[in-house]
Amino acid sequence: MEALITFFEKSLGMKSVLIDALLETLTMSLVSTFLATLIGFVLAIVLITTDKNGIAPNAYVYKILDVTINMLRSFPFIILIIVLFPVTKFLVGKHTGTFAMIVPLTIGTAPFIARMIEGAFKEVDSSVVEAAKSFGTRKFQIIFRVLLPEAFPSIISAITLSLIIIVGFSAMAGTVGGGGLGAVAMNYGYYRFDGIYIFWTVFILIVLVQIFQSIGDFLYKIIKH
Amino acid sequence: MIEIKNLNKYFNDQKVLDDISVHVNTGEIFAIVGHSGAGKSTLLRCINGLESYSEGSLSVLGKEVKELNESELSALRSHIGMIFQNFSLLNQKNVYDNIALPMKVWGYGKEAIQKRVDELLTLIGLEHKKFAYPKELSGGQKQRVAIARALTLNPKILLSDEATSALDPNTTKSILELLQEINAKLGVTIIIVTHEMDVVKKVASRALLLENGKVIGLGRIEELFLKPDEKMMTFLGEDEELPSEGANIRLFFPSQVSYQPIVTQMARELDLNFNIVWGKLEKLNNHVVGSLVINVDKKTASDVTHYLQTKTEVIWEIL
Repeated sequence: MEALITFFEKSLGMKSVLIDALLETLTMSLVSTFLATLIGFVLAIVLITTDKNGIAPNAYVYKILDVTINMLRSFPFIILIIVLFPVTKFLVGKHTGTFAMIVPLTIGTAPFIARMIEGAFKEVDSSVVEAAKSFGTRKFQIIFRVLLPEAFPSIISAITLSLIIIVGFSAMAGTVGGGGLGAVAMNYGYYRFDGIYIFWTVFILIVLVQIFQSIGDFLYKIIKH
Repeated sequence: MIEIKNLNKYFNDQKVLDDISVHVNTGEIFAIVGHSGAGKSTLLRCINGLESYSEGSLSVLGKEVKELNESELSALRSHIGMIFQNFSLLNQKNVYDNIALPMKVWGYGKEAIQKRVDELLTLIGLEHKKFAYPKELSGGQKQRVAIARALTLNPKILLSDEATSALDPNTTKSILELLQEINAKLGVTIIIVTHEMDVVKKVASRALLLENGKVIGLGRIEELFLKPDEKMMTFLGEDEELPSEGANIRLFFPSQVSYQPIVTQMARELDLNFNIVWGKLEKLNNHVVGSLVINVDKKTASDVTHYLQTKTEVIWEIL
Protein backbone atom coordinates (compact mmCIF):
# COMPACT_ATOMS: atom_id res chain seq x y z
CA MET A 1 0.00 0.00 0.00
CA GLU A 2 2.74 2.33 1.04
CA ALA A 3 4.66 1.48 -2.18
CA LEU A 4 1.62 2.10 -4.37
CA ILE A 5 1.10 5.56 -2.89
CA THR A 6 4.75 6.44 -3.45
CA PHE A 7 4.43 5.17 -7.06
CA PHE A 8 1.45 7.45 -7.78
CA GLU A 9 2.99 10.44 -6.04
CA LYS A 10 6.18 10.04 -8.02
CA SER A 11 4.25 9.48 -11.27
CA LEU A 12 2.27 12.68 -10.76
CA GLY A 13 5.52 14.56 -10.36
CA MET A 14 6.69 13.25 -13.78
CA LYS A 15 3.58 14.42 -15.57
CA SER A 16 4.93 17.58 -17.17
CA VAL A 17 8.22 15.97 -18.22
CA LEU A 18 6.39 13.07 -19.84
CA ILE A 19 3.82 15.25 -21.64
CA ASP A 20 6.56 17.46 -23.08
CA ALA A 21 8.46 14.34 -24.16
CA LEU A 22 5.34 12.88 -25.76
CA LEU A 23 4.75 16.06 -27.74
CA GLU A 24 8.36 16.01 -28.90
CA THR A 25 8.08 12.37 -29.95
CA LEU A 26 4.86 13.11 -31.85
CA THR A 27 6.44 16.09 -33.61
CA MET A 28 9.52 14.11 -34.61
CA SER A 29 7.57 11.06 -35.78
CA LEU A 30 4.79 12.78 -37.67
CA VAL A 31 6.95 15.40 -39.41
CA SER A 32 9.58 12.78 -40.33
CA THR A 33 6.97 10.35 -41.62
CA PHE A 34 5.41 13.10 -43.71
CA LEU A 35 8.74 14.17 -45.24
CA ALA A 36 10.00 10.59 -45.66
CA THR A 37 6.75 9.65 -47.42
CA LEU A 38 7.09 12.54 -49.86
CA ILE A 39 10.71 11.64 -50.65
CA GLY A 40 9.95 7.90 -50.66
CA PHE A 41 7.04 8.44 -53.05
CA VAL A 42 9.17 10.32 -55.55
CA LEU A 43 11.92 7.68 -55.30
CA ALA A 44 9.35 4.88 -55.76
CA ILE A 45 8.03 6.53 -58.91
CA VAL A 46 11.55 6.85 -60.32
CA LEU A 47 12.21 3.18 -59.43
CA ILE A 48 8.99 1.86 -60.96
CA THR A 49 9.46 3.99 -64.08
CA THR A 50 13.08 3.05 -64.74
CA ASP A 51 12.66 -0.62 -63.79
CA LYS A 52 13.43 -2.98 -66.68
CA ASN A 53 9.70 -3.79 -66.95
CA GLY A 54 8.76 -0.17 -66.26
CA ILE A 55 7.31 2.39 -68.61
CA ALA A 56 10.64 4.10 -69.35
CA PRO A 57 13.37 1.57 -68.53
CA ASN A 58 16.74 3.07 -67.66
CA ALA A 59 19.25 0.63 -66.21
CA TYR A 60 21.70 3.32 -65.00
CA VAL A 61 19.24 5.43 -63.06
CA TYR A 62 17.64 2.33 -61.59
CA LYS A 63 20.94 0.79 -60.50
CA ILE A 64 22.28 3.99 -58.91
CA LEU A 65 19.07 4.50 -56.96
CA ASP A 66 18.86 0.82 -56.08
CA VAL A 67 22.38 0.74 -54.61
CA THR A 68 21.95 4.06 -52.75
CA ILE A 69 18.72 2.88 -51.17
CA ASN A 70 20.23 -0.43 -50.12
CA MET A 71 23.25 1.39 -48.68
CA LEU A 72 21.15 3.75 -46.58
CA ARG A 73 19.07 0.84 -45.38
CA SER A 74 22.13 -1.11 -44.24
CA PHE A 75 23.21 1.53 -41.70
CA PRO A 76 22.35 0.77 -38.09
CA PHE A 77 20.13 3.75 -37.39
CA ILE A 78 22.10 5.04 -34.42
CA ILE A 79 25.26 5.13 -36.57
CA LEU A 80 23.37 6.90 -39.37
CA ILE A 81 22.39 9.67 -36.93
CA ILE A 82 26.03 10.22 -36.06
CA VAL A 83 27.23 10.03 -39.67
CA LEU A 84 24.62 12.62 -40.62
CA PHE A 85 25.62 15.12 -37.89
CA PRO A 86 27.32 17.47 -40.42
CA VAL A 87 24.34 17.35 -42.76
CA THR A 88 21.95 17.95 -39.88
CA LYS A 89 24.02 20.87 -38.64
CA PHE A 90 24.06 22.35 -42.14
CA LEU A 91 20.28 22.05 -42.56
CA VAL A 92 19.03 22.89 -39.05
CA GLY A 93 21.96 24.77 -37.56
CA LYS A 94 22.62 22.27 -34.77
CA HIS A 95 22.75 18.50 -34.46
CA THR A 96 20.86 17.97 -31.22
CA GLY A 97 17.26 18.48 -30.22
CA THR A 98 13.87 17.49 -31.54
CA PHE A 99 13.98 19.38 -34.84
CA ALA A 100 17.52 18.31 -35.64
CA MET A 101 16.49 14.63 -35.32
CA ILE A 102 13.93 15.06 -38.09
CA VAL A 103 16.81 15.09 -40.58
CA PRO A 104 18.28 11.61 -39.84
CA LEU A 105 14.80 10.18 -39.25
CA THR A 106 13.67 11.36 -42.68
CA ILE A 107 16.83 10.29 -44.48
CA GLY A 108 16.92 6.98 -42.65
CA THR A 109 13.34 5.96 -43.42
CA ALA A 110 12.70 7.49 -46.88
CA PRO A 111 14.53 4.59 -48.61
CA PHE A 112 12.46 2.12 -46.61
CA ILE A 113 9.22 3.86 -47.60
CA ALA A 114 10.43 4.02 -51.21
CA ARG A 115 10.87 0.24 -51.27
CA MET A 116 7.46 -0.33 -49.68
CA ILE A 117 5.68 1.94 -52.17
CA GLU A 118 7.63 0.39 -55.05
CA GLY A 119 6.40 -3.01 -53.82
CA ALA A 120 2.82 -1.72 -53.67
CA PHE A 121 3.09 -0.50 -57.28
CA LYS A 122 4.55 -3.81 -58.43
CA GLU A 123 1.65 -5.68 -56.87
CA VAL A 124 -0.78 -4.01 -59.27
CA ASP A 125 -1.93 -6.58 -61.84
CA SER A 126 0.07 -6.01 -65.02
CA SER A 127 -2.96 -6.81 -67.17
CA VAL A 128 -4.73 -3.74 -65.74
CA VAL A 129 -1.80 -1.66 -66.98
CA GLU A 130 -2.08 -3.42 -70.34
CA ALA A 131 -5.79 -2.59 -70.46
CA ALA A 132 -5.03 1.06 -69.74
CA LYS A 133 -2.49 1.08 -72.57
CA SER A 134 -5.05 -0.52 -74.87
CA PHE A 135 -7.28 2.56 -74.79
CA GLY A 136 -4.39 4.92 -75.34
CA THR A 137 -3.33 5.92 -71.80
CA ARG A 138 0.04 7.69 -71.92
CA LYS A 139 2.98 6.48 -69.89
CA PHE A 140 2.77 9.01 -67.09
CA GLN A 141 -0.99 8.90 -66.89
CA ILE A 142 -0.63 5.20 -66.13
CA ILE A 143 1.17 6.07 -62.87
CA PHE A 144 -1.46 8.50 -61.63
CA ARG A 145 -4.61 7.04 -63.22
CA VAL A 146 -3.92 3.35 -62.69
CA LEU A 147 -0.98 2.44 -60.46
CA LEU A 148 -1.61 5.02 -57.74
CA PRO A 149 -5.33 4.36 -57.20
CA GLU A 150 -4.83 0.58 -57.36
CA ALA A 151 -1.87 0.62 -54.96
CA PHE A 152 -3.33 3.24 -52.60
CA PRO A 153 -4.53 0.87 -49.84
CA SER A 154 -1.14 -0.88 -49.74
CA ILE A 155 0.58 2.52 -49.64
CA ILE A 156 -1.52 3.47 -46.60
CA SER A 157 -0.40 0.24 -44.89
CA ALA A 158 3.19 1.04 -45.78
CA ILE A 159 2.92 4.52 -44.26
CA THR A 160 1.41 3.10 -41.06
CA LEU A 161 4.24 0.61 -40.75
CA SER A 162 6.81 3.35 -41.39
CA LEU A 163 5.26 5.65 -38.80
CA ILE A 164 5.60 2.95 -36.16
CA ILE A 165 9.19 2.26 -37.12
CA ILE A 166 9.90 6.00 -36.93
CA VAL A 167 8.40 6.13 -33.41
CA GLY A 168 10.90 3.42 -32.45
CA PHE A 169 13.78 5.20 -34.21
CA SER A 170 12.86 8.51 -32.56
CA ALA A 171 13.20 6.87 -29.17
CA MET A 172 16.63 5.70 -30.24
CA ALA A 173 17.48 9.19 -31.41
CA GLY A 174 16.76 10.36 -27.84
CA THR A 175 19.92 8.60 -26.67
CA VAL A 176 22.25 10.63 -28.92
CA GLY A 177 20.93 14.10 -28.33
CA GLY A 178 17.39 13.98 -29.65
CA GLY A 179 14.45 14.85 -27.43
CA GLY A 180 11.27 12.94 -26.75
CA LEU A 181 10.38 9.86 -24.76
CA GLY A 182 13.64 8.11 -25.65
CA ALA A 183 15.65 10.92 -24.08
CA VAL A 184 13.49 10.78 -20.92
CA ALA A 185 13.91 7.04 -20.62
CA MET A 186 17.66 7.44 -21.08
CA ASN A 187 18.31 10.49 -18.88
CA TYR A 188 15.90 9.81 -16.02
CA GLY A 189 15.43 6.08 -16.28
CA TYR A 190 18.85 4.76 -17.22
CA TYR A 191 21.37 7.29 -15.89
CA ARG A 192 19.43 8.02 -12.66
CA PHE A 193 18.20 4.46 -12.47
CA ASP A 194 14.54 5.49 -11.93
CA GLY A 195 12.36 2.51 -12.91
CA ILE A 196 9.14 4.53 -12.78
CA TYR A 197 10.33 6.77 -15.63
CA ILE A 198 11.18 3.71 -17.68
CA PHE A 199 7.78 2.25 -16.91
CA TRP A 200 5.88 5.33 -18.08
CA THR A 201 7.91 5.97 -21.23
CA VAL A 202 7.48 2.37 -22.34
CA PHE A 203 3.79 2.47 -21.42
CA ILE A 204 3.19 5.64 -23.46
CA LEU A 205 5.09 4.21 -26.45
CA ILE A 206 3.00 1.03 -26.37
CA VAL A 207 -0.24 3.01 -26.34
CA LEU A 208 1.04 5.32 -29.11
CA VAL A 209 1.95 2.42 -31.39
CA GLN A 210 -1.42 0.77 -30.76
CA ILE A 211 -3.25 3.96 -31.66
CA PHE A 212 -1.25 4.51 -34.87
CA GLN A 213 -1.75 0.90 -35.96
CA SER A 214 -5.49 1.05 -35.27
CA ILE A 215 -5.88 4.28 -37.25
CA GLY A 216 -3.89 2.74 -40.11
CA ASP A 217 -5.98 -0.44 -40.11
CA PHE A 218 -9.18 1.58 -40.02
CA LEU A 219 -8.13 3.74 -42.98
CA TYR A 220 -7.09 0.63 -44.95
CA LYS A 221 -10.45 -0.97 -44.29
CA ILE A 222 -12.52 1.97 -45.49
CA ILE A 223 -10.51 2.66 -48.66
CA LYS A 224 -9.84 -0.93 -49.78
CA HIS A 225 -12.38 -2.27 -52.28
CA MET B 1 -9.63 -2.37 -92.14
CA ILE B 2 -6.73 -4.55 -91.01
CA GLU B 3 -4.18 -5.76 -93.53
CA ILE B 4 -1.46 -8.13 -92.38
CA LYS B 5 1.25 -9.13 -94.84
CA ASN B 6 4.06 -11.63 -94.29
CA LEU B 7 4.24 -10.85 -90.60
CA ASN B 8 7.08 -12.41 -88.62
CA LYS B 9 7.88 -12.09 -84.95
CA TYR B 10 10.75 -13.53 -82.97
CA PHE B 11 11.18 -13.93 -79.23
CA ASN B 12 14.96 -14.17 -78.98
CA ASP B 13 15.68 -16.90 -81.53
CA GLN B 14 12.26 -18.46 -81.51
CA LYS B 15 9.88 -17.62 -84.31
CA VAL B 16 6.48 -17.05 -82.68
CA LEU B 17 4.67 -15.66 -85.71
CA ASP B 18 5.64 -17.18 -89.03
CA ASP B 19 4.76 -15.46 -92.29
CA ILE B 20 1.20 -14.47 -91.47
CA SER B 21 -0.93 -12.77 -94.10
CA VAL B 22 -4.57 -11.99 -93.53
CA HIS B 23 -7.11 -9.31 -94.27
CA VAL B 24 -9.89 -8.42 -91.85
CA ASN B 25 -12.93 -6.78 -93.40
CA THR B 26 -14.87 -3.87 -91.95
CA GLY B 27 -17.86 -4.99 -89.89
CA GLU B 28 -17.09 -8.68 -89.65
CA ILE B 29 -16.49 -10.91 -86.65
CA PHE B 30 -13.18 -12.56 -87.27
CA ALA B 31 -11.75 -15.32 -85.11
CA ILE B 32 -8.13 -16.22 -84.46
CA VAL B 33 -8.11 -19.80 -83.24
CA GLY B 34 -5.41 -22.01 -81.90
CA HIS B 35 -4.20 -24.09 -78.99
CA SER B 36 -2.26 -22.45 -76.17
CA GLY B 37 1.10 -21.16 -77.26
CA ALA B 38 0.08 -20.98 -80.92
CA GLY B 39 0.78 -17.25 -81.03
CA LYS B 40 -2.81 -16.06 -81.33
CA SER B 41 -2.69 -13.57 -78.44
CA THR B 42 0.64 -12.28 -79.68
CA LEU B 43 -0.85 -11.68 -83.13
CA LEU B 44 -3.82 -9.87 -81.56
CA ARG B 45 -1.51 -7.65 -79.50
CA CYS B 46 0.42 -6.68 -82.60
CA ILE B 47 -2.76 -5.08 -83.96
CA ASN B 48 -2.89 -2.43 -81.23
CA GLY B 49 0.86 -2.23 -80.71
CA LEU B 50 0.97 -3.90 -77.29
CA GLU B 51 3.45 -6.24 -78.97
CA SER B 52 5.92 -5.31 -81.66
CA TYR B 53 6.64 -7.37 -84.77
CA SER B 54 9.97 -8.10 -86.37
CA GLU B 55 9.26 -8.22 -90.09
CA GLY B 56 6.41 -7.71 -92.51
CA SER B 57 3.59 -5.25 -92.54
CA LEU B 58 0.57 -4.70 -90.34
CA SER B 59 -1.69 -1.85 -91.25
CA VAL B 60 -4.68 -0.86 -89.16
CA LEU B 61 -7.14 1.81 -90.37
CA GLY B 62 -4.58 2.68 -93.02
CA LYS B 63 -1.65 3.13 -90.64
CA GLU B 64 1.44 0.92 -90.39
CA VAL B 65 1.55 0.16 -86.66
CA LYS B 66 5.34 -0.23 -86.48
CA GLU B 67 5.95 3.28 -87.81
CA LEU B 68 3.81 5.16 -85.29
CA ASN B 69 5.36 7.29 -82.55
CA GLU B 70 3.97 7.31 -79.01
CA SER B 71 1.22 9.87 -79.54
CA GLU B 72 0.18 8.44 -82.91
CA LEU B 73 -0.03 5.00 -81.35
CA SER B 74 -2.16 6.38 -78.49
CA ALA B 75 -4.45 7.98 -81.06
CA LEU B 76 -4.77 4.70 -82.98
CA ARG B 77 -5.50 2.82 -79.76
CA SER B 78 -8.41 5.14 -79.03
CA HIS B 79 -10.07 3.57 -82.11
CA ILE B 80 -9.41 0.03 -80.90
CA GLY B 81 -11.11 -1.35 -77.78
CA MET B 82 -9.81 -4.46 -76.07
CA ILE B 83 -11.14 -6.99 -73.56
CA PHE B 84 -9.24 -9.64 -71.64
CA GLN B 85 -9.64 -13.09 -70.13
CA ASN B 86 -9.30 -11.82 -66.54
CA PHE B 87 -11.36 -8.66 -67.21
CA SER B 88 -8.55 -6.30 -66.09
CA LEU B 89 -10.79 -3.86 -64.25
CA LEU B 90 -9.45 -1.44 -61.65
CA ASN B 91 -10.48 -3.00 -58.34
CA GLN B 92 -10.31 0.31 -56.49
CA LYS B 93 -12.74 1.99 -58.89
CA ASN B 94 -16.45 1.40 -59.15
CA VAL B 95 -18.26 0.40 -62.34
CA TYR B 96 -18.94 4.02 -63.32
CA ASP B 97 -15.31 5.10 -62.88
CA ASN B 98 -14.00 2.03 -64.69
CA ILE B 99 -16.16 2.74 -67.73
CA ALA B 100 -15.34 6.46 -67.54
CA LEU B 101 -11.58 5.94 -67.34
CA PRO B 102 -10.77 6.04 -71.09
CA MET B 103 -12.68 9.31 -71.47
CA LYS B 104 -10.98 10.79 -68.40
CA VAL B 105 -7.62 9.82 -69.83
CA TRP B 106 -8.53 11.56 -73.08
CA GLY B 107 -9.67 14.65 -71.20
CA TYR B 108 -13.42 14.65 -71.92
CA GLY B 109 -15.74 16.88 -69.87
CA LYS B 110 -17.78 15.56 -66.98
CA GLU B 111 -21.15 15.87 -68.76
CA ALA B 112 -20.03 14.05 -71.89
CA ILE B 113 -18.62 11.29 -69.70
CA GLN B 114 -21.81 10.93 -67.66
CA LYS B 115 -23.95 10.71 -70.79
CA ARG B 116 -21.73 8.13 -72.46
CA VAL B 117 -21.37 5.95 -69.36
CA ASP B 118 -25.14 5.90 -68.85
CA GLU B 119 -25.66 4.85 -72.49
CA LEU B 120 -23.15 2.04 -72.09
CA LEU B 121 -24.65 0.87 -68.80
CA THR B 122 -27.97 0.50 -70.61
CA LEU B 123 -26.29 -1.39 -73.45
CA ILE B 124 -24.69 -3.91 -71.07
CA GLY B 125 -27.76 -4.06 -68.83
CA LEU B 126 -26.00 -3.12 -65.60
CA GLU B 127 -27.65 0.22 -64.74
CA HIS B 128 -28.31 -1.07 -61.24
CA LYS B 129 -24.61 -1.80 -60.64
CA LYS B 130 -23.40 1.71 -61.50
CA PHE B 131 -21.70 2.28 -58.14
CA ALA B 132 -20.73 -1.31 -57.36
CA TYR B 133 -17.07 -2.29 -57.08
CA PRO B 134 -15.64 -5.15 -59.20
CA LYS B 135 -15.39 -7.53 -56.24
CA GLU B 136 -19.18 -7.30 -55.87
CA LEU B 137 -19.74 -8.48 -59.47
CA SER B 138 -19.88 -11.94 -61.04
CA GLY B 139 -17.44 -12.91 -63.79
CA GLY B 140 -19.99 -12.25 -66.51
CA GLN B 141 -20.85 -8.85 -65.06
CA LYS B 142 -17.17 -7.94 -64.84
CA GLN B 143 -16.72 -8.82 -68.50
CA ARG B 144 -19.74 -6.69 -69.40
CA VAL B 145 -18.18 -3.74 -67.60
CA ALA B 146 -14.91 -4.42 -69.43
CA ILE B 147 -16.80 -4.46 -72.74
CA ALA B 148 -18.44 -1.14 -71.87
CA ARG B 149 -15.04 0.32 -71.01
CA ALA B 150 -13.65 -0.92 -74.33
CA LEU B 151 -16.52 0.83 -76.15
CA THR B 152 -16.32 4.15 -74.27
CA LEU B 153 -14.33 5.92 -76.97
CA ASN B 154 -16.56 4.61 -79.81
CA PRO B 155 -13.90 2.36 -81.30
CA LYS B 156 -14.09 0.99 -84.84
CA ILE B 157 -12.44 -2.27 -83.81
CA LEU B 158 -12.87 -4.45 -80.72
CA LEU B 159 -10.18 -6.99 -79.81
CA SER B 160 -11.20 -9.86 -77.57
CA ASP B 161 -8.44 -11.91 -75.96
CA GLU B 162 -9.95 -15.15 -74.63
CA ALA B 163 -12.74 -13.01 -73.15
CA THR B 164 -15.01 -15.96 -72.41
CA SER B 165 -12.40 -18.52 -71.36
CA ALA B 166 -12.90 -17.86 -67.64
CA LEU B 167 -16.70 -17.99 -67.85
CA ASP B 168 -19.23 -20.80 -67.56
CA PRO B 169 -21.15 -21.91 -70.71
CA ASN B 170 -24.31 -19.87 -70.04
CA THR B 171 -22.38 -16.71 -69.23
CA THR B 172 -20.21 -17.31 -72.29
CA LYS B 173 -23.36 -17.47 -74.38
CA SER B 174 -24.68 -14.17 -73.03
CA ILE B 175 -21.34 -12.42 -73.53
CA LEU B 176 -21.16 -13.71 -77.13
CA GLU B 177 -24.69 -12.45 -77.75
CA LEU B 178 -23.65 -9.05 -76.43
CA LEU B 179 -20.67 -9.03 -78.80
CA GLN B 180 -22.94 -9.96 -81.72
CA GLU B 181 -25.30 -7.15 -80.75
CA ILE B 182 -22.42 -4.68 -80.65
CA ASN B 183 -21.24 -5.89 -84.04
CA ALA B 184 -24.70 -5.63 -85.61
CA LYS B 185 -25.94 -2.42 -83.97
CA LEU B 186 -22.77 -0.37 -83.74
CA GLY B 187 -20.98 -1.84 -86.75
CA VAL B 188 -17.84 -2.51 -84.71
CA THR B 189 -15.40 -4.93 -86.35
CA ILE B 190 -14.61 -7.62 -83.80
CA ILE B 191 -11.56 -9.84 -83.65
CA ILE B 192 -11.83 -12.74 -81.26
CA VAL B 193 -8.94 -14.81 -80.02
CA THR B 194 -10.02 -18.11 -78.54
CA HIS B 195 -9.17 -21.76 -78.12
CA GLU B 196 -12.85 -22.69 -77.80
CA MET B 197 -14.29 -23.99 -81.08
CA ASP B 198 -17.84 -23.43 -79.85
CA VAL B 199 -17.17 -19.71 -79.58
CA VAL B 200 -15.87 -19.58 -83.14
CA LYS B 201 -18.83 -21.54 -84.50
CA LYS B 202 -21.32 -19.37 -82.70
CA VAL B 203 -20.21 -15.89 -83.67
CA ALA B 204 -17.45 -15.75 -86.24
CA SER B 205 -17.98 -15.35 -89.95
CA ARG B 206 -14.37 -16.08 -90.83
CA ALA B 207 -11.50 -17.61 -88.94
CA LEU B 208 -7.74 -17.89 -88.99
CA LEU B 209 -6.24 -21.07 -87.56
CA LEU B 210 -2.83 -20.83 -86.02
CA GLU B 211 -0.46 -23.56 -84.96
CA ASN B 212 3.09 -22.92 -83.79
CA GLY B 213 2.87 -19.42 -85.21
CA LYS B 214 1.88 -20.64 -88.68
CA VAL B 215 -1.42 -20.24 -90.50
CA ILE B 216 -2.95 -23.67 -91.05
CA GLY B 217 -6.36 -22.51 -92.15
CA LEU B 218 -8.10 -19.33 -93.21
CA GLY B 219 -11.57 -18.82 -94.56
CA ARG B 220 -15.29 -18.83 -93.95
CA ILE B 221 -16.14 -21.02 -91.02
CA GLU B 222 -18.67 -23.11 -92.98
CA GLU B 223 -15.80 -24.23 -95.17
CA LEU B 224 -13.34 -24.68 -92.34
CA PHE B 225 -15.65 -26.79 -90.24
CA LEU B 226 -17.61 -28.71 -92.86
CA LYS B 227 -14.93 -29.37 -95.43
CA PRO B 228 -11.95 -29.72 -93.16
CA ASP B 229 -8.69 -30.66 -94.83
CA GLU B 230 -6.27 -33.01 -93.14
CA LYS B 231 -4.55 -30.32 -91.06
CA MET B 232 -7.90 -29.00 -89.92
CA MET B 233 -9.05 -32.51 -88.94
CA THR B 234 -5.96 -33.04 -86.83
CA PHE B 235 -6.49 -29.59 -85.37
CA LEU B 236 -10.05 -30.39 -84.40
CA GLY B 237 -9.03 -33.79 -83.17
CA GLU B 238 -11.53 -35.47 -85.48
CA ASP B 239 -11.16 -38.82 -87.13
CA GLU B 240 -13.49 -40.56 -89.59
CA GLU B 241 -13.82 -44.34 -89.64
CA LEU B 242 -15.05 -45.25 -93.13
CA PRO B 243 -15.69 -48.68 -94.65
CA SER B 244 -13.10 -49.82 -97.17
CA GLU B 245 -15.59 -51.49 -99.50
CA GLY B 246 -17.87 -49.66 -101.93
CA ALA B 247 -17.71 -45.95 -102.64
CA ASN B 248 -17.78 -43.33 -99.93
CA ILE B 249 -19.41 -40.06 -100.94
CA ARG B 250 -19.37 -37.02 -98.73
CA LEU B 251 -22.32 -34.66 -98.99
CA PHE B 252 -22.22 -31.07 -97.72
CA PHE B 253 -25.48 -29.43 -96.90
CA PRO B 254 -25.23 -25.65 -97.11
CA SER B 255 -27.60 -23.80 -94.80
CA GLN B 256 -30.27 -23.20 -97.49
CA VAL B 257 -30.85 -26.94 -97.99
CA SER B 258 -30.16 -28.31 -94.56
CA TYR B 259 -33.86 -28.64 -93.73
CA GLN B 260 -34.85 -30.47 -96.98
CA PRO B 261 -35.34 -34.24 -97.10
CA ILE B 262 -32.74 -34.70 -99.85
CA VAL B 263 -31.26 -38.01 -98.83
CA THR B 264 -34.49 -39.96 -98.48
CA GLN B 265 -35.87 -38.36 -101.63
CA MET B 266 -32.81 -39.49 -103.58
CA ALA B 267 -33.13 -43.03 -102.23
CA ARG B 268 -36.75 -43.20 -103.35
CA GLU B 269 -36.19 -41.67 -106.79
CA LEU B 270 -33.13 -43.74 -107.62
CA ASP B 271 -34.60 -46.78 -105.88
CA LEU B 272 -31.38 -47.71 -104.15
CA ASN B 273 -30.09 -48.48 -100.69
CA PHE B 274 -27.09 -46.98 -99.04
CA ASN B 275 -25.43 -46.85 -95.72
CA ILE B 276 -24.95 -43.65 -93.73
CA VAL B 277 -21.49 -44.12 -92.27
CA TRP B 278 -20.58 -40.71 -90.93
CA GLY B 279 -22.43 -37.51 -90.23
CA LYS B 280 -22.27 -34.16 -88.56
CA LEU B 281 -24.61 -31.24 -88.06
CA GLU B 282 -23.26 -27.92 -86.94
CA LYS B 283 -24.82 -24.66 -85.96
CA LEU B 284 -22.49 -22.07 -87.39
CA ASN B 285 -23.30 -18.41 -86.97
CA ASN B 286 -26.97 -19.24 -86.39
CA HIS B 287 -27.18 -21.31 -89.60
CA VAL B 288 -27.50 -25.05 -89.50
CA VAL B 289 -25.16 -26.79 -91.88
CA GLY B 290 -24.27 -30.45 -92.12
CA SER B 291 -22.14 -33.08 -93.73
CA LEU B 292 -22.84 -36.73 -94.28
CA VAL B 293 -20.81 -39.62 -95.67
CA ILE B 294 -22.78 -42.35 -97.45
CA ASN B 295 -21.50 -45.69 -98.61
CA VAL B 296 -22.93 -47.07 -101.86
CA ASP B 297 -22.18 -49.88 -104.25
CA LYS B 298 -19.37 -48.84 -106.60
CA LYS B 299 -21.61 -49.39 -109.64
CA THR B 300 -24.29 -46.96 -108.48
CA ALA B 301 -21.86 -44.24 -107.38
CA SER B 302 -22.12 -42.37 -110.68
CA ASP B 303 -25.92 -42.40 -110.52
CA VAL B 304 -25.78 -40.84 -107.09
CA THR B 305 -23.32 -38.13 -108.08
CA HIS B 306 -25.29 -37.38 -111.22
CA TYR B 307 -28.48 -37.03 -109.17
CA LEU B 308 -26.78 -34.76 -106.61
CA GLN B 309 -25.27 -32.64 -109.37
CA THR B 310 -28.43 -32.07 -111.35
CA LYS B 311 -31.27 -32.15 -108.83
CA THR B 312 -29.90 -30.70 -105.60
CA GLU B 313 -27.75 -27.91 -104.22
CA VAL B 314 -25.74 -30.35 -102.20
CA ILE B 315 -21.98 -30.20 -102.65
CA TRP B 316 -20.32 -33.60 -102.86
CA GLU B 317 -17.01 -35.35 -103.16
CA ILE B 318 -15.95 -38.96 -103.55
CA LEU B 319 -13.54 -40.07 -100.83
